[in-house]
Amino acid sequence: MSDYKGIAVYCEAKGDKLLPIAAEGLGIGRKLADNLGQELAAVLVGSNIGGLAQQAIAGGANKVYVVDDPLLKDYQTDAYVSVMEKVVKQVKPQVIIMGQTDAGRDLAPRLAFRLGTAVTMDCVDLAIDPDSKRLLQTKPVYGGNAQAVITTETDPQIVTIRTKAMAALEPDASRKGEIINIAAGLEASSIRTKILDRVIEEVAGMKIEDAQVVVAGGRGIGSAEGFKQLEELAKVLKGAVGASRPPCDNGWVPDTVQIGLTGKIIAPELYIAVAVSGSSQHMSGCSGSKTIIAINKDREANIFRQARFGVVGDWKKVLPAFTAKLRELLAS
Amino acid sequence: MNIVVCVKQVIDPEAPPASFKIDAAANKAEMHGAPPVIDPYGEYAVEASLKIKEAKGGKITVMSLGVNLLREVVKKPLAMGADELILLEDEAYNGGDGWSTASALAMAIKKKGNYDLILCGREASDTNAGQTGAAIAEVLGLPCVTLVRKIDVSDGKLRVERVNSAGYDVIEVPLPAVLTVSNEIGQPRYPTIKGIMAAKKIEPIVWKPADIGIEASRLGAAGRRTRMRRLFQPVHEGKCELAAGDSPEEMAVNLAKKLREARIL
Repeated sequence: MSDYKGIAVYCEAKGDKLLPIAAEGLGIGRKLADNLGQELAAVLVGSNIGGLAQQAIAGGANKVYVVDDPLLKDYQTDAYVSVMEKVVKQVKPQVIIMGQTDAGRDLAPRLAFRLGTAVTMDCVDLAIDPDSKRLLQTKPVYGGNAQAVITTETDPQIVTIRTKAMAALEPDASRKGEIINIAAGLEASSIRTKILDRVIEEVAGMKIEDAQVVVAGGRGIGSAEGFKQLEELAKVLKGAVGASRPPCDNGWVPDTVQIGLTGKIIAPELYIAVAVSGSSQHMSGCSGSKTIIAINKDREANIFRQARFGVVGDWKKVLPAFTAKLRELLAS
Repeated sequence: MNIVVCVKQVIDPEAPPASFKIDAAANKAEMHGAPPVIDPYGEYAVEASLKIKEAKGGKITVMSLGVNLLREVVKKPLAMGADELILLEDEAYNGGDGWSTASALAMAIKKKGNYDLILCGREASDTNAGQTGAAIAEVLGLPCVTLVRKIDVSDGKLRVERVNSAGYDVIEVPLPAVLTVSNEIGQPRYPTIKGIMAAKKIEPIVWKPADIGIEASRLGAAGRRTRMRRLFQPVHEGKCELAAGDSPEEMAVNLAKKLREARIL
């Protein structure tokens, strides 16, 4: 038996708030820790982040390890891997949970190889195997066509989790926890990459990750012009416009609105898929939606297998009438 | 520029979903009636290497690990314009996971030597893990930038754009380095007739485990750090309620009413 014990969640933040994925990591981490009768630790890495520790405690952590250093202002692989290696060697957690985020998908595999252990990326479910007490890691594979349940034989067992796949706890400000600072011990010269510029590609209107209603178009929309009609419907429903991969590859909409395995993974209340065939690749990005509605002329399209309501018909005829009727119903 | 591109032979992810089957006993997936292909994400990495070669000259070595590698499949990068193909093909490489695969590829790259840049796809379309690039970099002690959508080379340094959820970062990284390439790099080119003819004449180099000096404990199934407990297809209810009507417009109106009645809107 290894001497690794407890669950650790690597918590990312933006500004003075933990990211929702960090709270989701703490939520599932708390559950796993309770199951094992062990402690839940949060790990915060960055610059000027000490104030976040209380949020991690309110989110379920017993202990918060804070590595605060100006060199950690932006995510850089070399710096973050080195710091995390130091934290893991000190804390020795049995399980490390990270988010499948821009940083997490870069950091997790590199850290795992540095530590001589394995990582399972993009998990949608985590549980403790009652017999072996190892972590059962469920992740979509084959572009969402299948799911695999994997265990890691070495410690620590590292995973990244998919956005909105796990539930966060209701923050409880009365929770108590211990805050422990760890020195980064970094040399600027050990960071081999240099960030020259950060470019934010503005998307007009609401971001698809934040929207309660998303209207998405597929290859069948046919042009940038066609997406204007989707915007019309999105406006009526106070939602955002997204797309499957072909419209992005064709330049009809920016890459930042792509929904799917290689784009954003979202879970809105309502997802309206217009002329989207529903490839597994795409469904990986939206199958967490509460209600899916499909408009497609092909009755056999895969999207109808996951939709709750639908219309079989040409979107060019269906959409204007649908938008007009909804506008009328919502006004009354 | 000497570029190594790692690609993988996979079941065709573009084949119709109905042909996707799972062999539960073997925990393996197959596409009935569809031949395997070069992983589409790996093709983006091949495309990236060809763009660099066009701009700066150099040699492109493609590497692939697996068993039963169909020559007409794994030769596609050669037909697209790569110069050399090294196959890590042996039963002993079989049954591995991300750990053993990356270890073997890293050892093979070390043996090849004389590399400036190593490219991988952002992830493979079968495992959807996206760890091979970072893992090779770690074994070789190189810097790595993942999810790259644009690569410029000058003065022994790379200037790359890394995709993120809000836009992209411009990052400078010294050579040699590892990059994983995202689909935003641009559609991979089709092989030309001339390319296909040239690829026919190139004999792949096959390296056995002994050739790359990998320890038995890091190899294939023995090198695994993970265990696949189960592979299954999630079941969808498939109870889609279709709006009725004599015309698309009428169906649309009925759909709107239905959503209102179900209190979804």
